[in-house]
Amino acid sequence: MTSIAAPAPVRRPRRKRDRDETGVRARRWFIPYLLLAPGGLWLAVFFVFPLFSLGRLSLEDGGLSNYSQVLSDNSTVIIRTFTYAAIATLAAIVIGYPLAYVIATKGGRYKNLLLALVVLPFFVTYLVRTLAWKILLYDGGPVVGFLHNIGVLSESQGILGSPFAVVAALTYNFLPFMVLPIYVSIEKIDWRLLEAAADLYASPARAFRKITLRLSLPGLFAGTLLTFIPAAGDFVNSELLGSDRTVMIGNIIEANFGREFFRPELSALSFMLMAIILIGVAIYARMLGTEEIA
Amino acid sequence: MIEIDHVVKRFGDFTAVDDAHFSIAQGEFFSMLGPSGCGKTTTLRMIAGFEQPTSGAIRLDGADVSRVAPNRRDVNTVFQQYALFPHMNVYDNVAFGPRSKKLDKATIAKRVPEILDIVRLADFAGRRPAQLSGGQQQRVALARALVNLPKALLLDEPLGALDLKLRHAMQFELKRIQREVGITFVYVTHDQEEALTMSDRIAVMSDGRVEQIGTPAEIYDTPATVFVAGFIGQANLWPATVTSRRGDSAELTALGVAGLRATCHVDGVDANASAVLMVRPERVSISATEPTGDIQRVCGTVTDLTFQGPIVRLALTAADGSTIIANVDPDADLPMLRPGDMVWAFWSTDAACVLPTQPQVPSSIRSTQEN
Repeated sequence: MTSIAAPAPVRRPRRKRDRDETGVRARRWFIPYLLLAPGGLWLAVFFVFPLFSLGRLSLEDGGLSNYSQVLSDNSTVIIRTFTYAAIATLAAIVIGYPLAYVIATKGGRYKNLLLALVVLPFFVTYLVRTLAWKILLYDGGPVVGFLHNIGVLSESQGILGSPFAVVAALTYNFLPFMVLPIYVSIEKIDWRLLEAAADLYASPARAFRKITLRLSLPGLFAGTLLTFIPAAGDFVNSELLGSDRTVMIGNIIEANFGREFFRPELSALSFMLMAIILIGVAIYARMLGTEEIA
Repeated sequence: MIEIDHVVKRFGDFTAVDDAHFSIAQGEFFSMLGPSGCGKTTTLRMIAGFEQPTSGAIRLDGADVSRVAPNRRDVNTVFQQYALFPHMNVYDNVAFGPRSKKLDKATIAKRVPEILDIVRLADFAGRRPAQLSGGQQQRVALARALVNLPKALLLDEPLGALDLKLRHAMQFELKRIQREVGITFVYVTHDQEEALTMSDRIAVMSDGRVEQIGTPAEIYDTPATVFVAGFIGQANLWPATVTSRRGDSAELTALGVAGLRATCHVDGVDANASAVLMVRPERVSISATEPTGDIQRVCGTVTDLTFQGPIVRLALTAADGSTIIANVDPDADLPMLRPGDMVWAFWSTDAACVLPTQPQVPSSIRSTQEN
């Protein structure tokens, strides 16, 4: 057993400087920065620098007028983009919250299986998943045929190319990003709090509103960001399932990028997209109350 | 007031509560005491409405509430881990119940500070639970329940998470508050000292069964079963053979001595049957010479002496090899005792109880001490 015995600590002579705790800390002040360095460098090279050059490009040939120019040229597309993203996010909440709630509270030993099912479609690449919708929704396909039969759509109407197809696919593609954070925040709620609420005369509806919903707000917030931001920047869904009527900001950037590299107007459009999202997120965070999100 | 009417609760094959039958009076401080898994918390949860009895009924003021949802029952619970709402401050936690009941704002604004005063938390109304100490959280939990002026307050090991000193302080605090508000307290604990200190009556439970119900003195002085005698306080429990029984008094052979007399308050102790003789260590006296008078005496050899501050704990071996524990006053008029000395142990007849060997007591006995 001698090999296991800890060696007697060798006391090195202590210098005056590290006698107290603050001294020790002061000597190692750089360690956190050292740990941050790889990530920080990565961000600097691949995020801050491109962002900076993009910003500079957006101000070439006309400065800030580039912004007003793209804003007036693309106002319809900008409004459409954020409307689509907002509707898709709302739909993801409406579908995702109950789903996450049921898995977290009623899932029992099937919790992990159910979560795996939520994530399962994502083992297939984004592009293929969206193309599959194209097959599903084409005019001679089963969905449209069924809707014709029950009279929801007239014979001349289809789904492919419509705003509905784009928004539905956006919802579908980002749903797990809504479900997972909400699931996590509901799952960690202490069920005894709900017993306490019931004990204190709260109806199930009031207990849900005052306890479950409140304590799951951080998850709802995270889910909203994870859905809304990529949905607002998306071009694949509109490209594959949409038409001229459903063009989003992402489509414009993507369509022009290949041909003429990056023009100042495109940079300005990208920056605008980012700015609007940032402002939107800030307003949303204020509305929910920062304390609840922390 | 609260009636537990032949209540049985099963979880699958497991019987958590087996035919509990007792009632709790208005304004009473009633404790359910027992080791973990004895069914006390399940019984409390059935009164609160979180569990439904498999059979039997629970009545509040005569009305059967067995199937009534917790939010429609006029009882409130102080949870073991408090279950305070982490996202609300103290005031909002306490106001939660009154707001659920849709009391008018003026009443709430008056009553919440009042109750915070009673639990001495008036200065902490704006704090979140996470900013409070354990004892303060405990009092918030108490205030949050009491503010509703329920018919009964149900407390599930409310002091379990506190350290010993705070626990003693809170015991007095709880008694004071109970006197002040006059609400029935139903208190669940596994701490016998806590139950003895605070309760008007105690139900001792074991393996889902109610072993005995009575005042702390009744439970302590005249336990109905070997389990109760052993669980509450210390007890000498010696195997005995009953030679005769007449009413409340029995004659028996124990500790190698025939003709010992003892009191007997329970059924199941019959002549020529084996039984258990119980004497509390502090009721056993020691004498160097043979004591006389109307007492029971046994000769024994000193095997161990332990000084424990206010008492000296003496262990003797009786003629049949059983151990007799006696807690004696250090100032008692005794010669210097050493292991190996022969002494007399004696006790008054009413200090000795005969209990049935089997820890089964017919329900007729268990309910004799109900109100």
